[in-house]
Amino acid sequence: MGANDTGLIGQAVRRREDLRFLTGAGQYTDDVNPPHHTHAYFLRSPHAHAKIRKVDTAKAKAAPGVVAVFTGADLEGVNGLPCGWLITGTDGKPMNEPPHPVLAQGKVRHVGDPVALVVAESPHEAKDAAELIDVDYEVLPAVVNCVAALKPGAPQIHEQAPGNKCYTWALGDKAAVDAAFAKAAHVAKVDIVNNRLIPNAIEPRAAVASYSRADDSYTLYVASQNPHVERLLMTAFVLGLPETKVRVIAPDVGGGFGSKIYLYAEETAMVWASKRVNRPIKWAAERGEAFVSDAHGRDHVTHAELACDGDGRFLAMRVVTTANMGAYLSTFASCIPTILYATLLAGQYTTPAIWCEVTASFTNTVPVDAYRGAGRPEATYVVERLVHQAGVDLGIAQDEIRRRNFIRTFPYATPVALTYDTGNYDATLDGAKAAADVAGYAARKAESGKRGKLRGIGYSSYIEACGLAPSNVAGALGARAGLFEAGEVRVNPTGGVTVFTGSHSHGQGHETTFAQVVAAKLGIDIETVEVVHGDTGRVPFGMGTYGSRSLAVGGTAIVKALDKVIAKGKKIAAHLLEAAEADIEFRDGKFTVAGTDRSKAFGEVALAAYVPHNYPLDKLEPGLDETAFYDPTNFTYPAGTHICEVEIDPDTGVVEVARFTACDDFGNIINPMIVEGQVHGGLAQGIGQALLENCVYDAESGQLLSGSYMDYAMPRADDLPSFQVETRVTPCTHNPLGAKGCGEAGAIGAPAALMNAVHDALLGVGVKHLDMPASPHRVWQAIRAARG
Amino acid sequence: MSVQLSLTVNGKPVSATVDARTLLVDFLRNELALTGTHVGCDTGQCGACTVSLDGRAVKACNLLAAQANGAKVVTIEGLAAADGTLHPMQAAFKECHGLQCGFCTPGMVLSAIDLVARHPQPDEKTIRAELEGNLCRCTGYQNIVKAVAHGAAAMAK
Ligand code: FES
Ligand code: FES
Repeated sequence: MGANDTGLIGQAVRRREDLRFLTGAGQYTDDVNPPHHTHAYFLRSPHAHAKIRKVDTAKAKAAPGVVAVFTGADLEGVNGLPCGWLITGTDGKPMNEPPHPVLAQGKVRHVGDPVALVVAESPHEAKDAAELIDVDYEVLPAVVNCVAALKPGAPQIHEQAPGNKCYTWALGDKAAVDAAFAKAAHVAKVDIVNNRLIPNAIEPRAAVASYSRADDSYTLYVASQNPHVERLLMTAFVLGLPETKVRVIAPDVGGGFGSKIYLYAEETAMVWASKRVNRPIKWAAERGEAFVSDAHGRDHVTHAELACDGDGRFLAMRVVTTANMGAYLSTFASCIPTILYATLLAGQYTTPAIWCEVTASFTNTVPVDAYRGAGRPEATYVVERLVHQAGVDLGIAQDEIRRRNFIRTFPYATPVALTYDTGNYDATLDGAKAAADVAGYAARKAESGKRGKLRGIGYSSYIEACGLAPSNVAGALGARAGLFEAGEVRVNPTGGVTVFTGSHSHGQGHETTFAQVVAAKLGIDIETVEVVHGDTGRVPFGMGTYGSRSLAVGGTAIVKALDKVIAKGKKIAAHLLEAAEADIEFRDGKFTVAGTDRSKAFGEVALAAYVPHNYPLDKLEPGLDETAFYDPTNFTYPAGTHICEVEIDPDTGVVEVARFTACDDFGNIINPMIVEGQVHGGLAQGIGQALLENCVYDAESGQLLSGSYMDYAMPRADDLPSFQVETRVTPCTHNPLGAKGCGEAGAIGAPAALMNAVHDALLGVGVKHLDMPASPHRVWQAIRAARG
Repeated sequence: MSVQLSLTVNGKPVSATVDARTLLVDFLRNELALTGTHVGCDTGQCGACTVSLDGRAVKACNLLAAQANGAKVVTIEGLAAADGTLHPMQAAFKECHGLQCGFCTPGMVLSAIDLVARHPQPDEKTIRAELEGNLCRCTGYQNIVKAVAHGAAAMAK
């Protein structure tokens, strides 16, 4: 942070947001109760695929307490939900982008597809009335698997997407890859499924939409990670309203993990309906609804090959992936298995040639979009499973084969479009090995063996591209939005500082971390800094929080605004101190004439800006309030090594995570306590994917079989070990904080580390391949099958 | 059908007439505006709705308000002292960074206090096993486990 660092940077400052959460004073969307509000209930399709012959709402409209009932036919002039990223296929054509109606129009395409909105005086009345809606469905055959959907004869889901194809897209030099494979001494191969996950933030999605006749405006409270993006998409693309007439507030939000980035049908329909009923409308999803309406994550089927020379040096990689988009394109769905996936396939390695082809298909399932890590966990899983396999095939130790291929000179341009600015992969590998006590592994394995247990160890040396993104680069790749961030620093007359950030906190602790940054930079008491986020009515603009971008991009926008505040403060101070502006230094909260003890405190300068009696009014505006927009010049590249040790009971197939160690490089760290918490949470989700979680649809009926907490295995406290978490630092070279981002690392690195450990443990019994999750049932079956 | 109830909530007597099908959690949230008690699921699995009923941690989504008739209910709003001093378990969660988004937190804290009443010096294994009924998607549980141990030690003082 430099000269004005007051010691706050790098401190485990306890979180200021905790007090309200610990006393029940948080305000989540479902806690918002505007006067005279009504309640919404969405009638959803019970079928995976069906034509709607007729919808009869007469009985529902007459039911007690019902205010209104709306179906797709009522939403005249309302457009479909947009997709924010255009992918251009290998055929040079834009992706197939079928309409995504807010309420079903003529057809339903997944279980949970919303068909009607009932507005009533109470939630019970809305729900009871929905049961009286008579929908005449003609049930059609369904397809849920992304590969099956592309087969000839598969049920056709959209007219606009022949063969259920969204796009086939490729990245990399195919000819160079083919040539390298032709002369390779060895080719390692894996066929893997990246299992579909359901995000399951513990706060279900919720919204409260109100309309004001006074000025023809709308206010929407919504559990969202990016209220400005929500407003932009809803007004400009769907409802045709001016942005000035819609205020979106994302108050306290109970976790997101990606699932609350998107513009959803429910809040869009509610904003529209709030004017029709002229009363506020409130909705909170039931968990069962969340399962069939929150965007899901992952769901890839991949064949991948790694060409090596005789020494285990990587020559080329070839990856062919099919990705499930679900029934419609969610907001960022199209870029996840392409731009955020194929570009990461170099990993931490110098593989000179890489080619990846991705085909995205539509299926009769809930739309799939970014979920913690978004594309990067899938890429890491491919790379690290391949590297593990190559090590096994060639008889090279897992740390050694990684080390032989590490990138060590920076900046490094990968063959898949990214340029890594900095990193030290040896440091994180060494750090992880030491913390994991790899030296003691052999003894632990022997001890497990004595108890009849199979022990295995797995590595995952991951990289991620975070801090999205240079907007022009993203634009060239098909992004339909900018990816900068905005920050405003308002110095109040008495010296307190209000910071408005476009980043959104739904657990990340920005109110604390950002206050640390501001207080350190201004040399003021952290208690005088207030951080405001999540309200389009107060924050100038914002792209929100996803892709581990908040500190690197949102934090930098604040730093840029602070620079402007300090620059103006110097001018004011120069006037007050009757010195040349060039001679004013700002340090420790004071503007000082260089080489003298003449100074003005930050608060004195602030007061002068608002009480400009002695002030250069001819040259300078009063006030001290600056805004900055920051568009990064590159992605940031957090990286690290995770090491997992598992112990498997061959009689039951139960996999126990015996040890899990992460050594990560997130660049500079402002609050290590918060960073460690982010890593823990990410690891739990990564381990959840590898060990427990699996979204399962019935292949015939398209019914969601894992549609509740009884069927979808969420990680619980007793499923997880205590993690060993360490960091190493190479500061990011292109933002002033030197920060890279930490929110997704755990979810990105953990699945491969765990599955590599499982494969290592099962190697001796002859199990060659196992897909996630490594549930007892699957592991037991694999052991049985291998033993014959 | 409506039913009459009287109970004590956070030390204050409360009487009300409610629809018989009203869940305790809805009664607390909607009638008493005690919105610190959350709803995270519809199958009694997540524990976000946990409150204390006559000294026992219960899932308020799994009880009718009528079942709390005559009982003493304590919610997250009733834990801190009148002067605002946090209950040692609340303080421990803050000290140990045992919360992120805060949504599971009230239920976690209430479950933790109940746990400590039954296991005054819980080890990690006991804490993890006892928190099986409370889901957290943010923290990976590690700092919650730490907080519960810390809170237990503070409560013993
Ligand atoms: S809301 Fe009561 S257990 Fe989930
Ligand atoms: S802190 Fe978010 S669910 Fe536990």
